[in-house]
Amino acid sequence: MSTPRSPMAPPHTFLWSRRIFLTLLTGFVLIPVYVMLSSSLKPLADVTGAFRWLPTELTIRPYIDIWSTVPLGRYFVNSLIVAGAATVCSVVIAVFSAYAVSRYSFRGKRVFTVTVLSTQMFPGILFLLPLFLIYVNIGNATGIALFGSRGGLILTYLTFSLPFSIWMLIGYFDSVPRDLDEAALVDGCGPLGALFRVVVPAAVPGIVAVAVYAFMTAWGEVLFASVMTNDTTRTLAVGLQGYSTLNDVYWNQIMAASLVVSVPVVAGFLLLQRYLVAGLTAGAVK
Amino acid sequence: MSPHTAMTATAPAAEATVRKSSPGTARGPRRRTGRLRRVGLPYLLLLPALLLELLVHLVPMVIGIAMSFKELTQFYIRDWSTAPWAGLDNYSVSVDFDAPVGKALLHSFLVTVAFTVLSVGLCWLIGTAAAVFMQDTFRGRGLLRALFLVPYALPVYAAVITWVFMFQHDNGLVNHVLHDQLGLTDKPSFWLIGDNSFVALLTVSVWKGWPFAFLIVMAGLQNIPRELYEAAALDGAGMVQQLRRITLPSLRPVNQVLVLVLFLWTFNDFNTPYVLFGKSAPEAADLISVHIYQASFVTWNFGTGSAMSVLLLLFLLVVTGVHLALTSRGRRTAQ
Repeated sequence: MSTPRSPMAPPHTFLWSRRIFLTLLTGFVLIPVYVMLSSSLKPLADVTGAFRWLPTELTIRPYIDIWSTVPLGRYFVNSLIVAGAATVCSVVIAVFSAYAVSRYSFRGKRVFTVTVLSTQMFPGILFLLPLFLIYVNIGNATGIALFGSRGGLILTYLTFSLPFSIWMLIGYFDSVPRDLDEAALVDGCGPLGALFRVVVPAAVPGIVAVAVYAFMTAWGEVLFASVMTNDTTRTLAVGLQGYSTLNDVYWNQIMAASLVVSVPVVAGFLLLQRYLVAGLTAGAVK
Repeated sequence: MSPHTAMTATAPAAEATVRKSSPGTARGPRRRTGRLRRVGLPYLLLLPALLLELLVHLVPMVIGIAMSFKELTQFYIRDWSTAPWAGLDNYSVSVDFDAPVGKALLHSFLVTVAFTVLSVGLCWLIGTAAAVFMQDTFRGRGLLRALFLVPYALPVYAAVITWVFMFQHDNGLVNHVLHDQLGLTDKPSFWLIGDNSFVALLTVSVWKGWPFAFLIVMAGLQNIPRELYEAAALDGAGMVQQLRRITLPSLRPVNQVLVLVLFLWTFNDFNTPYVLFGKSAPEAADLISVHIYQASFVTWNFGTGSAMSVLLLLFLLVVTGVHLALTSRGRRTAQ
């Protein structure tokens, strides 16, 4: 991807320190991943006794049992709906906002960007209880059930990823030449036509990056999920705690379930990480 | 930045001329709606984001601040507005460092500061080192980069629960390696209770957090022109000098934002300690967000909990303000 830094080959000390550093770091990164994978293929006896690096026998039993020990399938569907909807809404709203900030001058622009970014600083714990009360009151007043429903969780999560998404897309849209959408406006596109026909297609890497970020944020959140869901709307973040009962902790099943819930996000993230780096390079980091 | 400021400067003048010319002319009304649409459009585009931020962040924050002045115990939780006003009582309880509540809060605050400084420092150091080492191409670089991003991509609860398993006293990997295989400790240690829990929390936090620093620094490095390094190499600058004179100065603006973001995320982190320790965190790893959560939901004293959250927010505001003032001054003198 990039050309060698200098015409001279790097010195041996550099090569060796790089080798040692990256090897140690790879070990640090991979050991938990290995533990997760290997333990998920062990019989229960292997994970209750002293730790062993290799399973005494390989079994896929935990992968079958996880679905019946707790209603993992339902949690999975809930998480998919919540994270998917939050991502779509968050990206669309962020695209509109970033376009406004990037292409128009208007009163209150700076106030808007500063306010939105500063919400990143709020401790979640400060607005957890008030938000809970607001949702309950909205439910009582209008009959729209936000508390305990997927809708309430979607609303909450999409605002979590919104500030970073808007900020990153502003930078990205700024890097799309203005001449392009001005030409589209001259050709008779409305402002929204210029946005969707010209700016959005030119900013796909940034938009994909923002979508990945929004999905990961919603898929991994614990605090609000544990307070704002009930039995039917519970997401994976809370549901995974169901594998430890008073008597037994099914570590092999916990590891299998952890792996299963991780695969969609990790696979998606690794497939799209090129866009994330490109998006960050052009947008946030410029 | 400069085109924006230029546009905002000229906009009022343009508006004034439009306003002056529109009454009297026949095409006035149509032109006015056109202007309204043009001026209103950015606000219309911002409206969804604005409404949602108001609903989920700003209004709850105002309510939270109001709650901090109320005596909000479980008896009033059904209808919080009827709770009696408590004035500054919640705040004086929170900052009375001789009494148990204040003392515990101060302790938790200090633990959080120490934890955040160490975690952010290590995340930044490891992330930057890895990004710099991987600046040049070598075989396996793409694979390594993908591997390094895995901890960041994993859902928090799945990653942290794996660490919980590794830190188990009887059947965990950490004790197996340190005690059984290397013989470094006399007997297996407890990692999730007692003083060791701070080390455990720090390890998990760094493991989870450094790839983000790596990602951002890596993106920042791509904006440094290659010619700079070539010119420096021709002038006889070694790798260390290139790092000190080119790489680190060029990364400065990136680092300023990165460190601030890492600081805020780490300081407010709830997910990692909550999954690692459950509802009651050990004293040595009693991070402030979990502490406030416990103070509110375990004792059902939401007034005091809100007061503590407001104090936390004030502290973060001050730190962010000082950081922004210092970095923007640095940027101005550099120019």
